[in-house]
Amino acid sequence: MFRALLIMILSIGAISTAYWGYREHQEKNAVLIRAENNYQRAFNDLTYEIDLLHDKIGATLAMSSRTSLSPALAEVWRLTSNAHNDVGQLPLTLLPFNKTEDFLAQIGDFSYQTAIRDLEKEPLNEKEYTLLEQMYKRAGDIQNELRSVQRLVLKNNLRWMDVELALAADKKPLDNTIIDGLKTVEKNVESYAETDFGPTATSMEKEEKGFSRLEGREISKEDAKKIAKKFLGLKGTEQMSVEQSGKGANNRFYSVSIQQPQTNSITYMDITKKGGYPIWVMNNREIRGQKISLNDAAAKGLQFLKEHKFENMELYDSAQYDSVGMFTYVTNINGVRVYPESIQMKVALDDGGIVGFSAKDYLSSYKKRSIAKPAITVEEARKKISKNVKVMEERQAIIVSNLKKEVLCYEFLGVYGKDTYQIFINAQSGMEEKVKKLQNVERVYE
Amino acid sequence: MFAKAFFKPQLICLFFLAFVLVSSVHEKEAKAFSGQVIQRGAVGDDVIELQARLQYIGFYSGRIDGAFGWNTYWAVRNFQSKYGLPVDGVAGETTKQKLTKASKYNEQFVKEQIRKGNEFTHYGGKPLEQQVKSSGGQAKTNASRPQNANNQPVKTTAANVPSGFSQNDIQWIANAVYGESRGEPYIGQVAVAAVILNRVSSPSFPNTVYGVIFEPLAFTAVADGQIWLTPNENAKRAVLDAINGWDPTDGATYYFNPDTATSKWIWGRPQIKKIGKHIFCR
Repeated sequence: MFRALLIMILSIGAISTAYWGYREHQEKNAVLIRAENNYQRAFNDLTYEIDLLHDKIGATLAMSSRTSLSPALAEVWRLTSNAHNDVGQLPLTLLPFNKTEDFLAQIGDFSYQTAIRDLEKEPLNEKEYTLLEQMYKRAGDIQNELRSVQRLVLKNNLRWMDVELALAADKKPLDNTIIDGLKTVEKNVESYAETDFGPTATSMEKEEKGFSRLEGREISKEDAKKIAKKFLGLKGTEQMSVEQSGKGANNRFYSVSIQQPQTNSITYMDITKKGGYPIWVMNNREIRGQKISLNDAAAKGLQFLKEHKFENMELYDSAQYDSVGMFTYVTNINGVRVYPESIQMKVALDDGGIVGFSAKDYLSSYKKRSIAKPAITVEEARKKISKNVKVMEERQAIIVSNLKKEVLCYEFLGVYGKDTYQIFINAQSGMEEKVKKLQNVERVYE
Repeated sequence: MFAKAFFKPQLICLFFLAFVLVSSVHEKEAKAFSGQVIQRGAVGDDVIELQARLQYIGFYSGRIDGAFGWNTYWAVRNFQSKYGLPVDGVAGETTKQKLTKASKYNEQFVKEQIRKGNEFTHYGGKPLEQQVKSSGGQAKTNASRPQNANNQPVKTTAANVPSGFSQNDIQWIANAVYGESRGEPYIGQVAVAAVILNRVSSPSFPNTVYGVIFEPLAFTAVADGQIWLTPNENAKRAVLDAINGWDPTDGATYYFNPDTATSKWIWGRPQIKKIGKHIFCR
């Protein structure tokens, strides 16, 4: 009797466990298939976009008229952006696929810059045609390789999830066709990207932010300590440690960290090796409730800059986050704002102490400037602005244009509806360099 | 229940009387503004008062939300130019004085609406009851607040955000940073946030914050679900610092923990510096 009952209970248990296991297994499979489908979609989309891209670049080569060339280049730009997006969805991060992404970004930059250019006035030159031809050829190579990978995936029922699992397990993926195929793609692009872009293409790659213009001698670790002490107004009794940057750094620098026992915090600071300029400072002490106003804090920040020989700075932007004031200061030379030379500062609103400083942008764009006289008047510039915008403020300013060159502009702040716009009109050519909708405060969604 | 009470005329009278009394007492006593100079970017009670007063005399048509944005800035400037003050968009001593004289501020009404989460305006010459659009629902929880809470600061209904980012974007990056580096010192969290932003601007990575964060296998915290942990305030502050221009990594786009890194490839990247447990590289 008892045995029969036990057997019954146990068998019910066994059956329900089996059922539960079966359900779990099914659910897991469903999730895996869904993930797999996402990868398949991204990959197949990528091959499709590259197909289109190849065709489109080919078509632009045959075009001569501006009216057809500009839209075609814009289309190339759109396709590269899509393809770039697809690459980002593939599980390739542990696999070096960067060169292919770089290549796509380069085609994108090139096609964008030529598409927005007035090709009537400035048609594609010979070098640019050569470049376009090379891109065409390379896109063709990538297309071929992707197609063969695609074929293999289809033929052998290959799964991206297997790639992912292989990568995660860090097994040598010897027999993995997908990885091998994509590695070939990458290798091909690599051999190309480094060599062929030439001097005309320099403006297309993202400008490396280096502090190349800095003057001064190389400083030692001890010098770095002294600079930190002076810059932060330390007593000299604090514990300090200094370390040198590694080989990968664009700008060689020292990293100083200072123990601050009275606030129980650490101040970090990076100082350039050449010339000993402070790049940034950051302190993470606890900041209590607000005691001083944002306005006072802004003045404190400016005072600090003045004391440390940053000349002609003025407040450009201020914002309060809890009890911290975040400020951006820019250089103003005889009424011309130099936006690339900007410094960010963080001031605690409890006692007005400086808790952050960042001069990265300032250091990478600072130079002795002679500012050219504008060729057009402010009235002429104002006429270039949309009539819908009501101009409220105007001044001259230097900004970095879309082509990554510094240009002198008239800056207008204007209102349209409930939005505020910042509009830059080139002071030499009258071209509209930039129109930016300024970020307003954002509503809090509860 | 509310509707029933309103049918009784004497109750309406009482209610009205009380309202008038309270508001008139309030206006007499109202000490206008604190001593601070208010400028763009400020948040808090003074900004609420500034916006309400500007709206009362028709200079400000935006939401009274307690955050000094561009619309408030233009309203202050327009007021200054109309009233013959130096036009700088900063509410200093004289501007505040002139404004206090020229306008009224019903602090009780404004703060009550903000607490209740109602949409409302504060124009002069129009009955206040007609300027409220109740959001409903929330009123219940706030009804129990004591009356004397009116002078207490209220939570502003708008916040500053760095250009190009919403509060939700910041939250997502903070989630990723927290999942990746919650055991790290603050500076290490800023560094991880900076790497995410460096990737967004690098041509070798996706171009959006979400593209970078959710790139498959890019971040372990995303792959193993730790991104769903609720970040603490530190992680959020670290993200704000990174967005506002602090990059402790000198432009790094990779980092790894040398103790747990499984990929040999990552060791080949040019290293920049070590922060906490992570090595940052290009």
